[in-house]
Amino acid sequence: MKVVYEAPKINTGVPTTYCGGCGHGIINRLIAEVIDEMELKEKAVLLWPIGCSCVNVNTMDIDQLCCLHGRGPASGTGMKRANPDNLVIVYQGDGDMVSEGMAEIMHAAIRGEKFTVIFVNNAIYGMTGAQMAPTTLLGQNASTAPGGRQVINSGYPVKMAELLAELPGTVYSERVTVNTPANIIKAKKAIKKAFELQMKGEGMTFVEVLSMCPTGWSMSPVKACEWVDTNMTEIFPLGVVKDETEGLKQQEEAAK
Amino acid sequence: MSKEAVFMQGNQAMAEAAIRGGCKMFFGYPITPSSEVPEYYARVMVERPEENITYIQAETECSAFNMIAGAAAAGHRSMTATAGPGFSLGQEAMSYMSAAGLPGVVVQIMRPGPADGEILPAQGDYFQITRGGGHGDYYTLALAPWSIQELVEIMQESFVLAEKYNNPVVVVSDAMLAKLRESVVLPDYTDNEAAPEEKHNTLTGAKGRKRHLITTCGFGAVQWNQFNNDLQKKYAEIAANEKRYESYFMDEDPDIVVVAFGAYSRVCLSGVKMAREAGLKVGMIRPISLWPFPDNAFEGLDGKQFLVCELNAGQMVQDVKLSVKNKDDVHFFGMLGGIVPTPKEICAEIQKVEVK
Repeated sequence: MKVVYEAPKINTGVPTTYCGGCGHGIINRLIAEVIDEMELKEKAVLLWPIGCSCVNVNTMDIDQLCCLHGRGPASGTGMKRANPDNLVIVYQGDGDMVSEGMAEIMHAAIRGEKFTVIFVNNAIYGMTGAQMAPTTLLGQNASTAPGGRQVINSGYPVKMAELLAELPGTVYSERVTVNTPANIIKAKKAIKKAFELQMKGEGMTFVEVLSMCPTGWSMSPVKACEWVDTNMTEIFPLGVVKDETEGLKQQEEAAK
Repeated sequence: MSKEAVFMQGNQAMAEAAIRGGCKMFFGYPITPSSEVPEYYARVMVERPEENITYIQAETECSAFNMIAGAAAAGHRSMTATAGPGFSLGQEAMSYMSAAGLPGVVVQIMRPGPADGEILPAQGDYFQITRGGGHGDYYTLALAPWSIQELVEIMQESFVLAEKYNNPVVVVSDAMLAKLRESVVLPDYTDNEAAPEEKHNTLTGAKGRKRHLITTCGFGAVQWNQFNNDLQKKYAEIAANEKRYESYFMDEDPDIVVVAFGAYSRVCLSGVKMAREAGLKVGMIRPISLWPFPDNAFEGLDGKQFLVCELNAGQMVQDVKLSVKNKDDVHFFGMLGGIVPTPKEICAEIQKVEVK
C-alpha cells in the first residue's frame, strides 16, 4: 500500500501536552515536516520559549534549547553567530516575544540576525491561564482584562509582522494562520521559505502564525477557528508583509 | 610568544588573555568601569581578523548574558564583562546557565552600589556574587585576583573551570584592578581544542548522534528534586576542589589575622607590613576563591583575632565568622562609596584590635 500521509520523521511519537484545538501542535508539525523535506535534521537547532510549547521538547528528535522567557532571540544570536551553518529556529509566543522579550526581538532584527523566528500569536497567555497579551484584541476578554481589553489601560494590540518588516535587517516577514487546511498549506510554505532564506545566509526571516487558543478564549475549537477569520485577521491581516527574495534573486543574477 | 613583561591596563590585559585563552566571542554592553573590555574585543575583531573574533554590542546586559548562554550551548567559549548594575540584569541568565550547565564566563568589575551608585572601587557585590545572585539554589565559581598578573591567569583558567564543571564562572575585578596599569607577562595562546560534544551536550545539530536537549523546565516535583540534588552534588565537588587562598606571615604565629580580597588586599598587606614594623604580630589571609569560600584557611587558628577589611558594609566578614570557632574574635573595618583607605589607616585599625 502506498503511504500518503505519515508522521514527520523527526517526530518522536511522544504526545504533546497541548489542549484540544490548539494551534501549536499544527505549527510544530509543520516545522517538523519542513525540516524533513529539506533534510535539515542534522543542522537544526530549535530554541523554545517559555509558554505552552516549552514542555513539548520531547516531541522532536532534533537539538533543542529551552530559553528563558523572552530571551530566545538573544540566545539565538549567540548560537547562530557561533555556528552560522546551523538552521536556528527561534520559536516564540506573544507573551514571550512582545512583552517579556520585546527588546531582544527588536534588536535581533535590527542587527539582521540570520535565524528564523516563528511567532505564534494567539492573542492571549495560554500557559498561565488566559491573561492579557500585548496582542490581545481591543475588547477581547482576558483574566487580567475582565470585560475586555481597554485602550486606556493597555493600549493597542501590537502588529509584529509589520513592525519587524520596517527594519532593514528583516528580509522576509509574513503572517499566516492554521485555522483551515488551505491556510495550513500556506503556513507551511511560509515556514519553508523562511528556512530556505536562512540557509542562504540572508537576514532575519520572520513568520507570524495566528493560532487558536480555545481554552484561553473560552470557545469550542470550531468556534476558535472561525474567530481567527472573524476577529483576528481584521487586526492582523494575513499575507506577505515583506519579501526581499526578488532583490536577492536579482543580486544572484547580477553575480552570475 | 615572548615572555617579556608588558605595561598594560587591567581591563585590556584581561581581554587579551581571554582571546589567547580561546574566547573568541564577546557579547557586552558598555558600562564603567568595564568598557575597555568590549572596546578591546571590538578593536581586535577589526585589526586582527585572523583571530576570528565575534563581538556584538548587546542592547542590554540581560541580552548579553543570554547571548553567552546561546554561544556556550553551541560549544563556543564566550564571555561578557560588566559592573554591578549590569551584573544585576544578568542574574536571570546566571541562574539559567547554572541550571542548564552552560559554561559562560562573566567578569564582574565591581563599583559602589546600590543602584546607579558610583564608578570607583568597591566590593559591595560580594553577596550577589557568592550567593548565586539570581533565583533558586545555585552557586557560581567566583575567583578574585589581586594583581593584573593574577587576573590574566585566572581569566584564562576560568574557561577551563567553567567547562570542567559545566557551570558559569565569575571573574571578580573592581574599578581599581580594571583601571590599574602595571607590568604583566601575558599568557600564551592555549591549546583550545573543541570541547567534547557529548560531555557538553552541545547543540550543533544531531549529526551522527542522538539529539541534545538543554532545558531548565521542571517535569514535576520528583524530577525537579532530583535535578536540584544533582546540582548540589556538583557544588559540593566544586567546593571540595576549588577553595583557593594565599597567606602572608601566617607561619609566624600571628596574634592578629587580617582578611581581605581583590586589589584592595594589596593595600591591606601594606598596612599589615606597617603594623609589623611597629612590632605587632600580624598576618594576612587573602581568599582568592570567594565561592567556594576558603574556610580551610582558618583551620587551627582558634584564639586569634581576625580583622576583615572590605570596601563594603560587611559582607565577606560573615563568611569569616562561619569559618572560625568564636565569631566574637572577628572584627570588621569597612569603607563605603568608593573611598579606598590608605595602608596607614589600615595599620591604625590593626592597632585598635585588642589581643587576648
